[in-house]
Amino acid sequence: MESNLYKFCLRLADTSFILSYRLGEYVSHGPFLEEDLSITNVGLDLIGQAESLFKYAAEIKGGGTTDDDIAYKREESEYLNFHLVEYPNEDFAFITVRQFFMDVYNYHLFTGLMNSSDPTIAAVAAKSIKEVNYHLKRSRKWMLRLGDGTEVSHNKIQYAVNELWKYTDELFDMDDVHKSLVEEGVAIDLKEVQEKWLKDVEDALTEATVAKPDHVKHSLVYGKNGGHTDFMGYILTELQYLTNRYPDATW
Amino acid sequence: MEIAKNLEEFQAKIDAEIKIEPKDWMPEEYRQHLIRQMSQHAHSEVIGMQPEGNWITRSPSLRARKILMAKVQDEGGHGLYLYCATETLGVSREQLIKWLHEGKAKYASVFNYPSPTWADMGAIGWLVDGAAIVNQVSLQRTSYGPYSRAMVRICKEESFHQRQGYEVMASLMEGTAEQKKMAQEAFERWWWPSLMMFGPHDGDSPRSSNAMKWKIKRETNDDLRQQFIDKTIPQAELIGLKVPDANYKLLENGSYETSDIDWDEFWNVIKGNGPCNTQRIKHHAAAHDNGQWVREAAIAYNEKKEQNLKSA
Repeated sequence: MESNLYKFCLRLADTSFILSYRLGEYVSHGPFLEEDLSITNVGLDLIGQAESLFKYAAEIKGGGTTDDDIAYKREESEYLNFHLVEYPNEDFAFITVRQFFMDVYNYHLFTGLMNSSDPTIAAVAAKSIKEVNYHLKRSRKWMLRLGDGTEVSHNKIQYAVNELWKYTDELFDMDDVHKSLVEEGVAIDLKEVQEKWLKDVEDALTEATVAKPDHVKHSLVYGKNGGHTDFMGYILTELQYLTNRYPDATW
Repeated sequence: MEIAKNLEEFQAKIDAEIKIEPKDWMPEEYRQHLIRQMSQHAHSEVIGMQPEGNWITRSPSLRARKILMAKVQDEGGHGLYLYCATETLGVSREQLIKWLHEGKAKYASVFNYPSPTWADMGAIGWLVDGAAIVNQVSLQRTSYGPYSRAMVRICKEESFHQRQGYEVMASLMEGTAEQKKMAQEAFERWWWPSLMMFGPHDGDSPRSSNAMKWKIKRETNDDLRQQFIDKTIPQAELIGLKVPDANYKLLENGSYETSDIDWDEFWNVIKGNGPCNTQRIKHHAAAHDNGQWVREAAIAYNEKKEQNLKSA
């Protein structure tokens, strides 16, 4: 039986890890060189965050498990990341909206987790918040540029907001695992995060002249419970290619 | 008269090892040579992101993933310094990219080879970056100030890449039989292309003479290539890799004699017939074209904001 804390670590780690995978996939495809470098920076920060949390998860699991074992050697249903971060790099508007939704979320989440009763979680949050601050400034600015740029960019960003909105439900879902960690003071109340998230996102959408979509209830089993979109299998096929093909090798 | 005097002063500066700066007088041929060489260098860094970017999503460990992603990012950063340095010669980045897409500007031919295995990540870092360093260390003393300063910064990062690449190769050579085979094959794939990176023999290099006189270039292609060979063969032997050259031998002076390069292949890849020439340019052009609406949006947004400031 895996502990609630272990699951919590994986939900955070996998979300950063899979988002960094998507950003890694985008390297050399950016709209101009400066932006290519900047997106890669965000991706590198996210791997760093994931790594710290995988290390902690490995420690909790014990028995000589390493961070790489956890990052690379699980079944799809054992990955607990949000669906939002699995969404492909359809175009720069999708990349921007996906990132902005996650950056606002991480900003409020990590701000709260800096006071976690778990010292490792608190330390990871304190380290990450500095990076997330910069990520959020960057993605928010792009929301404005694209929303209030040209007609083409406005339509593209509006479309991406509409399409990705349904995946944001999951970010604030409070299941029993999460509730019991809130009681212990390890995790924080996601309903409070949701209020702050909504306010910040609505402010940015208004400033960017982008309409807030109607709420659509998401209909899949959440990623944080091991259910995934069709995109995930392809991500893991590439991610685990070498470790699956050469199970005895170390790299 | 005026030009002759300018030219004399220009050469005197060069001879006295005084750097030429963007606002200084320079012969048009010097400027054109630099635009060609520096933009080719910038494009090489940027196109060079592709063969390694190819393996980012498949990196086999968290550490390897971070290193590779950071490395590819560094290459992009080098491209950026070099584009900026080239722009000091009065040509825009937009124009340089246009020439690249039209086939009027070149990039290092070595990036027209594919990277089919993880070991290629090691071989590229070790050999391609290793060869680039030999060339770039020499270019730190080039006569054009902005180019020379860009090289100083770039060299520091490249030496990291070279060590990281070698580390990948060394760890594969300590791994399973399959990993050793993977490393040996990647070494064989990249050995000759990395020797070709130094360009044709000095006698066959059409633009060498003025470049040497003006100290754009400080050492000849063959001298630089030999430095690389002498440095790299012992590194290969140390980790158990076999140099893919039946005739190589250590000479009494500590230098290595090697077989001649297959120059037909060299010229063929330069002419655009390498395995990945089309793919590399297509990839770059597609990213550039897909980014058009993003760049336009950013410009339109800035203009609106400036307009608002003025009318406020």
